[in-house]
Amino acid sequence: MDPKSYDACRRYDAANVMRWTARDLRSLATGLAYLAPSFVLFAAFVFIPLGRTFYLSFFNTRSTGAITTFAGLDHYLELVTSAEFHAGLLATALFVLYTVPLGIGLGLVLAVLLNQRLRGINVFRTMMSSTIAISAAVGSLIWLLLFNPSLGLLNYVLSLAGIAGPQWLIQPNVAIVAVSITTIWLTLGTNIIVLLAGLQGVPEEIYEAAHLDGAHGATLFTRITIPMVSPSLFFLVVVDTIAVLQAFTQIHLLTRGGPVDATRALVYSIYLDAFQNFQFGYASAQAAVLFALVLVLTLVQFLVIERRVHYQ
Amino acid sequence: MTAIIAMRRRPLRPGRVGAYVLLAVAAIIVAFPLLLALSYSFMSESEIATFPPPVLPANPTLGNYRTVLDSIPIGRYLLNSFIVSTAVVIGQLITASLAAYAFSFLAFRGRSLLFFVFLSTLMIPWEATIIPNYMTMVQLGWIDTYQGLAVPFMATAFGTFLLRQGFMQIPRELWDSARIDGASSFHFLRTMVIPLSRPALATVAIYGFLSTYNQYFWPLLITNQTLMRTTQVGVAQLRFEESARWGVIMAGVIMIAVPTLALLVAGQRQLIRGLTAGAVKG
Repeated sequence: MDPKSYDACRRYDAANVMRWTARDLRSLATGLAYLAPSFVLFAAFVFIPLGRTFYLSFFNTRSTGAITTFAGLDHYLELVTSAEFHAGLLATALFVLYTVPLGIGLGLVLAVLLNQRLRGINVFRTMMSSTIAISAAVGSLIWLLLFNPSLGLLNYVLSLAGIAGPQWLIQPNVAIVAVSITTIWLTLGTNIIVLLAGLQGVPEEIYEAAHLDGAHGATLFTRITIPMVSPSLFFLVVVDTIAVLQAFTQIHLLTRGGPVDATRALVYSIYLDAFQNFQFGYASAQAAVLFALVLVLTLVQFLVIERRVHYQ
Repeated sequence: MTAIIAMRRRPLRPGRVGAYVLLAVAAIIVAFPLLLALSYSFMSESEIATFPPPVLPANPTLGNYRTVLDSIPIGRYLLNSFIVSTAVVIGQLITASLAAYAFSFLAFRGRSLLFFVFLSTLMIPWEATIIPNYMTMVQLGWIDTYQGLAVPFMATAFGTFLLRQGFMQIPRELWDSARIDGASSFHFLRTMVIPLSRPALATVAIYGFLSTYNQYFWPLLITNQTLMRTTQVGVAQLRFEESARWGVIMAGVIMIAVPTLALLVAGQRQLIRGLTAGAVKG
């Protein structure tokens, strides 16, 4: 289209923004009819409940969930002062810190290993990405056995190396490590698949050119591979962090938030306060914090991806 | 035969052998927990208790599987999970195809804004809305029901996004000629768009099935009766018994993991397409 007539269209559109013709209304009605089933469900189970979460966070409730009195900012102020909630935030932060960098680093190493042209490589790819099909409950039950101090293989293998294994799920500072190890294993499949796709998108010529310039081994990895897959790496940092913030199953099956709140991560804390202590208002304030954290992470991702991570 | 000839033609260089060894070791380490669960499911409790911890069963037995079948209604759990997951898949395919069609073929004012509203649901973690959603279930009397387990998940922004990408690959000319022939827009969706988008629909279906089947928090919350438990919650209950029977737990774990692993092998290509679809939360 020639630019002049395009501009003319734009001006025409701008002048007509507020005017709806009968045809506009008819096409809108058709469009909405197709969107209605999804929108009804989103309204009922996403948008309205989110609004109710914020609303509830300003009220006190009975154990049935019925609202009793207005609490104002009390629940949020309680979050600021509660030692329990601080322990939970610390657990969440450690959980992210242990899980995300290690999980992605391990995923990258394995993806590089899998990014070779070899006969039968697909068998290895399937095996190593198998954890995408494994549920958090199944993974947690298996790791629960591995962490078992008397029956578990983990401490036995460590003892062979001369290391006295810890009481994985009983020592407060170790329990969050155990939960993190389980989570790293559970997310490994996704990390490998995303990074492998990223690696396969790197043009062969770049490596050849760098080779001619005398670069090899570690230099190739740090100067070419990592920058070239940086969009995938960044995508995973955000997605994996959000997944860790939402983690519940591992904690419920491995540690139940303990010992002494050492693994009381955000969603588990919401579960305890809402469905064990029946403090729905206070739990809703924590749910609002969860929403805010995920929102910020998503916006950061959106802004950075818009700018691109690496520069071609 | 051709494989053998091709192998002979390309002799194994030492570097290649090294690569295979490295890959094999890495694959075994990654899959080890799963392989161990399989191995333990065939061990008697007394063998599991021996020291050093065994890796392979000395006398493989099916006893644990028999105990699972006798002590928990695992058949019912599997049935529940299949009913709920299938219902979610059917619901998602219907709602997402309709919405993706509107977002790709239909032109109407406010379309971009509505698409943005759709995508905004991806930023809202389910756990942030779980308290009001639980209250809704209580009010509707949907605790311990299939609809309570399935209906909240029957719309999917991620699936709509994937299908829209697939629909946009369909040539516009098909749409134009269908319109000239006087076909209604719904007729075009049903007879042209859906049949041409089978791969994208399969991706959405596999995703929907896996994520519903593997749910834990929501079914834990809204089921109380044993017979309404799903696989994940039902088998995890074995962990909270007085003294854990590890062989039995591992047999249960294998029984509920087999359907998802089979789905992984059958639908790997579709799953990978979904995971790499871009910067959308999976």
